Order: sequence, then C-alpha cells, then structure tokens
Amino acid sequence: MIDMNFRIFRFDPEKDKEPYFRHYTVLAEPWERLLDCLNRIKWEQDGTLAYRMSCAHGVCGSDAMKINGRCALACQKLVKDYQGTEVVLEPLPGPGFPVLKDLMVDMAAFFKTIELVRPFLNASGTPEKERLQSPEERKKVDEVIRCILCACCVGACPVSNENEKFVGPAALVQAFRRIFDSRDNEKDQRMKQLDYPDGAWGCVNHFECTRVCPKEIPVTKSINLIKREIQKSKLS
Amino acid sequence: MIFEHDVVIVGSGLAGLRAALEIAPVADVAVISKVFPTRSHSGAAQGGIGAALGNEEPDSWEWHMYDTVKGGDYLTDQDAAEVLATDAIRAVYELEHLGVPFSRTAEGRIAQRAFGGHTSNFGEAAVKRACYAADRTGRVILDTLYAEALKRGIKVYSEFNLMDLVLNGGAVKGVAVYELATGEIHLFKTRAVLLATGGFGKVYKVTSNCFANTGDGVYLAYRAGIPLEDMEFVQFHPTGIYGLGVLISEAARGEGGVLRNREGRRFMEEYAPTIKDLAPRDMVSRAIMTEIRQGRGIDGRDFVNLDLTHIGKDRLAEKLSDISSFARIYLGVDTATEPIPVSPTCHYMMGGIPTDVDGRVLDERNAPVPGLYAAGECACVSIHGANRLGCNSLVDLVVFGRRAGKMIVRDLEHLERKEFPETAGTDVVRQIETLKTRTKGERAAAIRGAMQQVMTDHCSVFRTERGLQDALAELEILKERYQSVCIDYRSDSFNTDLLDAIELEYLLGLAETMVRSALARKESRGAHYREDYPERDDDRWLKHTLIRRTDRGPEISYKPVTITRFQPKPRTY
Repeated sequence: MIDMNFRIFRFDPEKDKEPYFRHYTVLAEPWERLLDCLNRIKWEQDGTLAYRMSCAHGVCGSDAMKINGRCALACQKLVKDYQGTEVVLEPLPGPGFPVLKDLMVDMAAFFKTIELVRPFLNASGTPEKERLQSPEERKKVDEVIRCILCACCVGACPVSNENEKFVGPAALVQAFRRIFDSRDNEKDQRMKQLDYPDGAWGCVNHFECTRVCPKEIPVTKSINLIKREIQKSKLS
Repeated sequence: MIFEHDVVIVGSGLAGLRAALEIAPVADVAVISKVFPTRSHSGAAQGGIGAALGNEEPDSWEWHMYDTVKGGDYLTDQDAAEVLATDAIRAVYELEHLGVPFSRTAEGRIAQRAFGGHTSNFGEAAVKRACYAADRTGRVILDTLYAEALKRGIKVYSEFNLMDLVLNGGAVKGVAVYELATGEIHLFKTRAVLLATGGFGKVYKVTSNCFANTGDGVYLAYRAGIPLEDMEFVQFHPTGIYGLGVLISEAARGEGGVLRNREGRRFMEEYAPTIKDLAPRDMVSRAIMTEIRQGRGIDGRDFVNLDLTHIGKDRLAEKLSDISSFARIYLGVDTATEPIPVSPTCHYMMGGIPTDVDGRVLDERNAPVPGLYAAGECACVSIHGANRLGCNSLVDLVVFGRRAGKMIVRDLEHLERKEFPETAGTDVVRQIETLKTRTKGERAAAIRGAMQQVMTDHCSVFRTERGLQDALAELEILKERYQSVCIDYRSDSFNTDLLDAIELEYLLGLAETMVRSALARKESRGAHYREDYPERDDDRWLKHTLIRRTDRGPEISYKPVTITRFQPKPRTY
C-alpha cells in the first residue's frame, strides 16, 4: 500500500461563501483507481465529500473531473501513475458546469446541447427485417459511438470555456453519429443546423478534446469531417 | 411536493425506457432514476443481444428457447422462455429501426457472434446468435432508447431515489422519492408503478455491477410484503478482471478466446467437451474455481488466464476494442500479446420480484398486485431459471419492458389515481430524520464491507450448509450494527452520505433473503451449487423458491415451474 495525497476542491452551497481545497491522505494499492481512493476518503474519513460515480470502469461517464489540471474519469486513472505526487481534484471547469457541491457540477446545459442536435435516427419506412448497411458504411461511426457523454471534452475545450454559446465537442460527436449514419435521412438539415459560428465552425482545432477523451474518440477530426461535409454540400 | 402521473417507471435502463416508449403515446408517464438515464447499468452490457436472426448461419427460435431452458437448468418457466425466444427477433429488428448501430455482415445484415450456451440443433454445436455492436452493445442501445425518449418528450426525474412504495389495501398507489439535489421527499400519485431498478451485485465484494446497483426496487417490494423469487440464484461471470471485477465479455470467448490454467492447458475441454469455453457461465465459473482450488491457478494463485493472443490485433481492435482498452488501462496488458488474468465476478441476479409474462407483479398466492409491475433484472419472470445465458439479459429488457408497458396501458382502464393514503411518506421522513440526528455510531462503509465479505465467503460459487448458517448469523449481527449506523453529512443538498446509509439497509435485507433461500434449497442447480448436495434433484426441487417478509420473520414457500416443450434432462455440454 502507498500513501496517496489528495487536494480536493470543496464547496457546500449551504455553508461556504467561497470554495476551498482540503487535503486528505489515504492508503491505496498501486493498481487501484483514483476513484477507489475517493471512495475510501468518503467512506472512511469524510462523508461530507460529494461526487458522482457509478460503473467505475469508464462506461457510464459519471465521474468526469479535473485531475491535476486535466479533464478525466477518476475510474480510469490508476494510483501507480500518481505515486509521490499530490493529486489535485477539481470539478469539470467552464461556464457550462456550475458547481453544485464539491466535485458535482450541474450538467443540465451540457445535456441541452446534446438535445439540440437531435441525437436520434430519422429514417423513413419500416422494413420487415433490418435496414441494410454495409460494413464500410457502418465503419464511419465506429469511433463516435464510443461516446459516453462524460463531458470531459467540453470541460477541456478552450472555446467552450470562453464561449458558452459554442455547441461544443460532445454535441458535435453526437451529430456526427447521425450525419454519417447511412440510414439517417436528415443529413442536410443536420448540417444546416451546425453551419454557424457557434456551431461546427466554433471549433478552431485546439485538439484538447481529442487529448482528454477517455474513449479515445478522434473528436477534432470528427468535427473537421463535419465541416468538410458542410462545405461539400454548399458547393454541390 | 406531490407529483401526479398516470404511470411512474422507476429506473431508466433498457427495461424502464422501453416500457416508457410503449406507454407515452397513450398515457402520462414519468421516469424516475437515481442516475441520469445514460448512466444506467444497462450501458455496461458488452457482448450482444440474443435473437435467432440466422444472419450468419441457420438458427431457430426453438433452439434459442431450448438453450435458455437448458442454460437455466430447467428452472426456467418455459412459457416465458418461448415468449423471449420468439419475440427476440422482432425486438432486435425494432432496435435496428430505432437506430442502434449494430456491427454488420458483408451482406449488410446485423452481425452475430457465438456466445456461451447458445447452440444449434438442440445442443449440437455453438451457434452465432448474439447480435452485437462491437463490445458496447448495451451502451449503444441505451443511448438509442434514451434519444427516443427525448424525441417523444418523456418526463425524466434524474437523481431521484426510490424510498418507498405507497400501498393502500394491497394496491399500489404511488411512490415516495428522495430528491438528491434538495433533500426533499416527494410523493408521486399514480395509477401504476413499474419497477425497473436492476440488480444488486453490490451485495458482494467483487462485482461487475455499478455502485447504483443496490436493489432498491427489489428490497422495497419485499419490505412491502411482496415475495421474492429464486433469490439463491446469483450469476458469477467467469471472466472479471482479477481484483477489480471489471467485466471481460463472453464475446472474448465467442470470438475465439480460451481460458488457460497455470500449465497453459485449455481446461474447459475437460469440463464441457462439446462447447468448451462457451459453456454456460455457472459451469465455467465452477471450473475456474475448481482449477484454483486444485492449485492450478496462475502461479498457484486465485486467478486463471484468458488468452486472446491468437485472435489477432485487427480483429481485437474491430470487435473487442472496449475490453482491450480495459485490459490496457487497468492491467497494462496488451491483449494481442499477453493473456488477461481473470476470476469470477458477481454479475447478475436471476431472482427478484415475481412477475407473469406481462410484467404484473405476483403476490404469494400468485395473484397480480393491483398497480404494480416489474421488468428487467429486478424481476423474475422466470426466463433465466437457475442460470442466465449471456445475451439473454438485453433481450429480456426490451421484450419484457415492452410487454409490461403494453399491459399497463391495458390495465389503466380499471386503475384509478385515488385513495392515496394520507400517511404516505411519513415513515420515510422519520427514517431520514433518525439518520440525520444520530450522532454516535459507525459508518455505513464498515458494515457494508463486512456484509460483502460474508456474502463472498459463504454465498458465492460454492456453498455449504455450515457456511450459509455462518453467513446468516453474521448478517444478523450486521443488521444489529446497522441500527446505529451514523453519517457525517447532515445537510439537505446532494447528501450522498445519507443515501449510502439508506441503500445499505436494502443490501442487508436482500443478502438475508439470498442466504435463507440458498440454505433451504438442498440440491445443486445452475448457479446454486451446494457442495453438500452436489446433484440436481428434480423430484424434490424442481420448483421456484419464494421468500416473504411476515410478522413471524421471513417465510419460505415454493411454486411450480412451468414446463411445456422440454422435459428436464441431465445438463451436459
């Protein structure tokens, strides 16, 4: 077991005027997750600490936070990679994520942007069996369907952090999933909807989203493909 | 506050969402969930959804039904298995039409792969029946159904925890709910309540289940006097990442992966000569534990290896990318060149709230409880019998979620939203007040940890009379300790400390029903293996266990298994 040092952002709207940091030390095995440390702190030392978590293996997307300055999932980071350092945990940053309590942020605005891009398939007719789709067509969405809506990309995006109106990388990934799905017949409307300065064009290729994505989605590349598709549709 | 809806669904996984889609066009339906819908545990399902589409090779629903019955060691109700196997095909096409991005065959059809216990021609050879989207099938179905719920404007109350069922004269009239953000207790007046709250793997120390899986609906139904069925049957998935319990899908073996012991031997050849590594989960988990007990774990330790190295880098990337990333992130293992250390992890509860094939909850006399429905892992239809086959849970959720929705729509005609008891919610207020004002006692985590250890030691893959008796005695002590459980945080907003303590009551209550049911069943069947009664005993035990809370303590009774097409036979693979 290793002694792990944490500095954790604390804010209780019922009690605190200003947020502050609190220090914790916890014993952990090198192969354990930072989330295991957080749980141990909460369960054994300080039950007042609040954060979200559920699946604990990078599938549900609940425990996104800033870990040593970088947006990530606490359940995907291992103790051994932080040995001998102080781990600083903060809530997801940016105007889109007001702090509710400690590491819990309000995700309402984030999910609103997802709703905005109409993240459902619009296809006509109902065949008796499945709609056909070639493996090549299906491959186009293979990476973006990994999205777990954790919001790390939005937290990391310099544009989203400055401009609340930018639709943001997560919503664009969701839009990509339908624009490039050969079964969807709303492609033109979807692209028209994103063709404005705070839409797809808000992205100026900082690549932070791609760097932090816990599911290794090529987010920036996907956004650029949307932009290219918009341009192509205007030329034709 | 008091909310009114015709129907309240508790749980936003696939069963809850699918039911909501069915009800929304005709009645006012709301979904209550302790997590935001896309965080639901259905999203952790990896390998596939079972349906005899026959896209890759000949298949039939009769074979699927047979496999389900045999996989469940003949405790499966065969009328329910027939509904599952026949309706699975329609259900998968429906998901495709809604937009689920299934992987595809060269012809553009839904791709299918082999999975444990799924065979052709009544057990002859493994068959490709699992329809999949790489190894994130549950997640993409969850995203699709959630998007569909958005499209139809279904009201969702996220981060609302179920605290109690509200009954009047034996009929369900609504629910009492705790709002995480404010600490308020809300009452929902309804005409019908559907429980779709999932499983309770958190009873065990090592589990593939998420932290939200604390069996809220199952326990609260039990507390309200509704019996629970087949609680002794707990599925341990053979391949959890060693130590963490993170699931490595059966798809890994479906795509050709094999289990090896310390000698490098593919030991499943001895336990299941016909389908080997693709035997049902209960058999593979027992085989792994046997290898470990006999000193053939890797380096003599308590795990074996899952070898995917011969599958090839490209195929691993295409078909098993999530599990390859889990191995890399949590173990630093490259699945293309190194094996994954695995051991059984608590995965699924076959038992739960008894229902008929239309989701109606049944009381101890097998009569429907007016206004109460259940679907998904929290329910026991029973499709899965003594052991669920891989790929049969996702299909269970969408088939029986929809059927429960349809039944509710039909029943609404005679269900009314009135006679809501005035005392509703007062017990919940008292319960929370007690927890918030208690200043001395011990933390929930210590009691929970002890419970998880007891259940892991005595009520896992192998069980004995002695061990189960010990477990029962220890659970009694833990329940006593729970009477002085104490929390740190006493404020109203985002009090997850309080909810942790409340959920522990649920887990302790359910653990007791599991141990008592396991003690009573003096035979081995499916996932329930008694070392002191190693044989299946159809003469005495081909029946479902019911356990019910009474003033005299928990009472056990039994009800018959429905057998239609397939008479029980010895279960070999």
